[in-house]
Amino acid sequence: MKISGGITVKVSELADKLGLTIFGGASGLQNEIKGGYTSDLLSDVMGHACSNQVWITVQTHKNVIAVASLKELASIILIKGLEPAQEVIEQSDIEKIPLLGTKEEAFEITGKIYNILKG
Amino acid sequence: MHFEYFIEGGNFAEAGSTSSQVKKTLKQLNVDGTVIKRTVVALYEAEVNIVAHAYSGKITVELDEEKIDIKIVDEGPGIPDIKRAMEIGYSTASPEVREMGFGAGMGLSNMKNNSDKLNITSTVGKGTEVEIINYFHL
Ligand SMILES: Nc1ncnc2c1ncn2[C@@H]1O[C@H](COP(=O)(O)OP(=O)(O)OP(=O)(O)O)[C@@H](O)[C@H]1O
Ligand SMILES: [Mg+2]
Repeated sequence: MKISGGITVKVSELADKLGLTIFGGASGLQNEIKGGYTSDLLSDVMGHACSNQVWITVQTHKNVIAVASLKELASIILIKGLEPAQEVIEQSDIEKIPLLGTKEEAFEITGKIYNILKG
Repeated sequence: MHFEYFIEGGNFAEAGSTSSQVKKTLKQLNVDGTVIKRTVVALYEAEVNIVAHAYSGKITVELDEEKIDIKIVDEGPGIPDIKRAMEIGYSTASPEVREMGFGAGMGLSNMKNNSDKLNITSTVGKGTEVEIINYFHL
């Protein structure tokens, strides 16, 4: 969702604040985050996410990077301690999309990010 | 200008690469950002539908001063009821494909929402033809 009147945070700042693992796409860490979208359905994200949002998901395969790149999302956050395969990490480097991770569930991490972006 | 791409059914690793190439080309040509975004969403969904539902396909991109015209032609099972297929949530995707997060039944509605003109024709047992037209200035 878009957060009206919210603040803009860099991906690197968010990763610091929430102790997120950085798997790949580090050259995009200066991307600015303006809202977020939590979904595991690719065409839902394709149709409804907006550029510069952070995407929270359980999907760890290569198509996630393609969707994030086409939609110009700020970053991807994998939940539940899921780890991406090496080829997915390489793709995130190529597309310069920061691929991050947390041990938390979608609900918790989404809530925390919402609170940060709300300002 | 005229570009052609070939899509292999079942090859999920490459799904989206044509959309990504077309996006780069449109950026280089300084096409309006909103038009690029809409076109890329519609094209991606059409590209993934070949990968998920058909055997092989060809994408032709035609550019002139006023519009981008994309034809997506596949060899595949075809769509028996296009009206039903357009409904959000309708999907025949396999369980494996759904596990990857495809098969929400939202692709065709994304195509509709992100194109100025969308034409779909299909012959069961033969294949499907999709045409997406987006104008640079409405
Ligand atoms: N090129 C095609 N060939 C054969 N059937 C198709 C094709 N495109 C769409 N369909 C049929 O129409 C249905 C709906 O398509 P749509 O793109 O809306 O959803 P989906 O592909 O099932 O899921 P999603 O796009 O949300 O990942 C498909 O499940 C399939 O039955
Ligand atoms: Mg689809």
